Amino acid sequence: MLTTENLKAALLSVALLIVLLGAWEWSIEGTVLPIGDQELSEYEQLVGGSSGGSRIPAPSAVISHAITELSDPFYVAGSNDMGIGIQLAHSVGRVFAGYSLALLVAIPLGFLIGMSPIMYKALNPYIQILRPISPLAWMPLALFLIRDSGASSIFVIFICSIWPVLLNTAFGVAGVSRDLRNVARTLELSSLKTAFAVILPAAAPTILTGMRIAIGISWLVIVAAEMLVGGSGIGYYIWNEWNNLDITSVIFSILMIGIVGMFLDSILAAATRMVQYDT
Amino acid sequence: MTKPFLYVENLKKAFPGPRGQEPLTVFENVNFGIDKGEFVCVIGHSGCGKSTILNVMAGLDESSDGYVFMDGKEVQGTSLDRGVVFQNHSLLPWKSALANVTFAVKSKWPGWSKEKIRDHAMKYIELVGLKGSEDKRPSQLSGGMKQRVGIARAFAIEPKMLLMDEPFGALDALTRGSIQDELLKICTETKQTVFMITHDVDEAILLSDRILLMTNGPHAQVAESVTVPIARPRKRETLVRQDGYYETRNHLVDFLVRRSKELQGEYVQDDGDKEPEVTTPVRAAAGGN
Ligand SMILES: Nc1ncnc2c1ncn2[C@@H]1O[C@H](COP(=O)(O)OP(=O)(O)O)[C@@H](O)[C@H]1O
Ligand SMILES: [Mg+2]
Repeated sequence: MLTTENLKAALLSVALLIVLLGAWEWSIEGTVLPIGDQELSEYEQLVGGSSGGSRIPAPSAVISHAITELSDPFYVAGSNDMGIGIQLAHSVGRVFAGYSLALLVAIPLGFLIGMSPIMYKALNPYIQILRPISPLAWMPLALFLIRDSGASSIFVIFICSIWPVLLNTAFGVAGVSRDLRNVARTLELSSLKTAFAVILPAAAPTILTGMRIAIGISWLVIVAAEMLVGGSGIGYYIWNEWNNLDITSVIFSILMIGIVGMFLDSILAAATRMVQYDT
Repeated sequence: MTKPFLYVENLKKAFPGPRGQEPLTVFENVNFGIDKGEFVCVIGHSGCGKSTILNVMAGLDESSDGYVFMDGKEVQGTSLDRGVVFQNHSLLPWKSALANVTFAVKSKWPGWSKEKIRDHAMKYIELVGLKGSEDKRPSQLSGGMKQRVGIARAFAIEPKMLLMDEPFGALDALTRGSIQDELLKICTETKQTVFMITHDVDEAILLSDRILLMTNGPHAQVAESVTVPIARPRKRETLVRQDGYYETRNHLVDFLVRRSKELQGEYVQDDGDKEPEVTTPVRAAAGGN
């Protein structure tokens, strides 16, 4: 039953892809050139004029570009010409660094807030003010203080990852049932043992949910951060290709950002499943 | 006069009243003792403070006044000497039935080897009739099986005193019956000292040596200590035919429907003797008729 359902869904997915790609390809072949002496807008001049070929590359062009790029993703031919794999690795590395730092801070702090109503009340105003700040708003300050574009990007990832993890950890820890805490007490567990053997596993699904949200936000933010500060990474790469007016590369990069984002999310989804339990 | 193994003296619990109102005294002047190996149930209407008394005895809650002594020492904080079976099983849902028990065994005897811990835990899993289900997680177990694991966990640490707060309250009648049988069997085997809260009169009669009766709250007290005059071994199926059953049952039901209300707030122990009035229903019934 389920397999036929899955099969149907897969067939529908493929059909949809073929239709969309076909429509895309066809619409580009069919592009009608603008009539004669119509003046070019400033934008059209910027992207190479309206005449002579389509403005959007055909999917076949993107696919063949993707094959060339992915056949040698890690090439280095100068600081401005590196494979997509290297650029993605830079971005993923920054996300990993900022995200890990955020976990190191947010999980213990969230524990504290979740365990202690006083800490919650004391820290809540700060959290409420800091949380709605766009992570990119920190960038100038980070650049001024850290004086390094890569490290500043890591800092921005750190800032944007910390809130979902902090709040979910606090929420999960505070939500551990009184009964489970009482079990720990009647078994005379030490505070440390209680934290690790009872509270942490009980709150783990909620914490992991926060971590999953955080990795998603991080991946969104790193692209923008790298566009802003440049140097390396997928955000820089895509902006660079835009400056080169290489729209094929831009579309290819967009796809790669989606694929890597999906991959990062699926890692966290698998981790969430591992700590999930039914009550 | 020697003191019983566990005794409760002048216990009182008051909660601060809402916004400047009078504090609410849930119970006061609670005195009773439990001897080693005794099975004591407490019955009273809901809200009279039974769970609070049990939590104070467990060290999970603090009284406003009075003391609990066990084994010559005042109860302060929780201890592995007092096992607790909670009303809603309270198993760690990410651990298997066996792991829930070994977790407790490990905290009682941290020096034991893995095999010894496992064997010990398995013994109690078997005792509650869960052999074959030990690797299942709580979510895969029925309500009755979960509560059995909770009982196995509490027994496995071999506490000097077992405290149970309406352990079968959430179970259907059939399941409840078979777990009662098991509990009866285990208690006979282990001579466990038990303090148990129940709202089921028949359950109390089946299991107890003595039943404490509480008046309604607020200002609840333990008004009476009823010795169950039914010989052991007892069996659930034949209980109603045993001598003393109806007298005891009538006495308890009469207390619950009538006297628990009438005695509410009265100082029932003003005869200088702190202990609650001790009654044995058979004699009372024989005298009355
Ligand atoms: N934290 C609290 N604040 C105020 N009143 C409480 C609190 N906890 C319990 N109570 C009151 O104490 C009384 C006794 O509760 P409990 O011990 O659970 O009774 P029982 O187990 O006999 O039903 C209840 O009437 C309840 O309203
Ligand atoms: Mg209760």
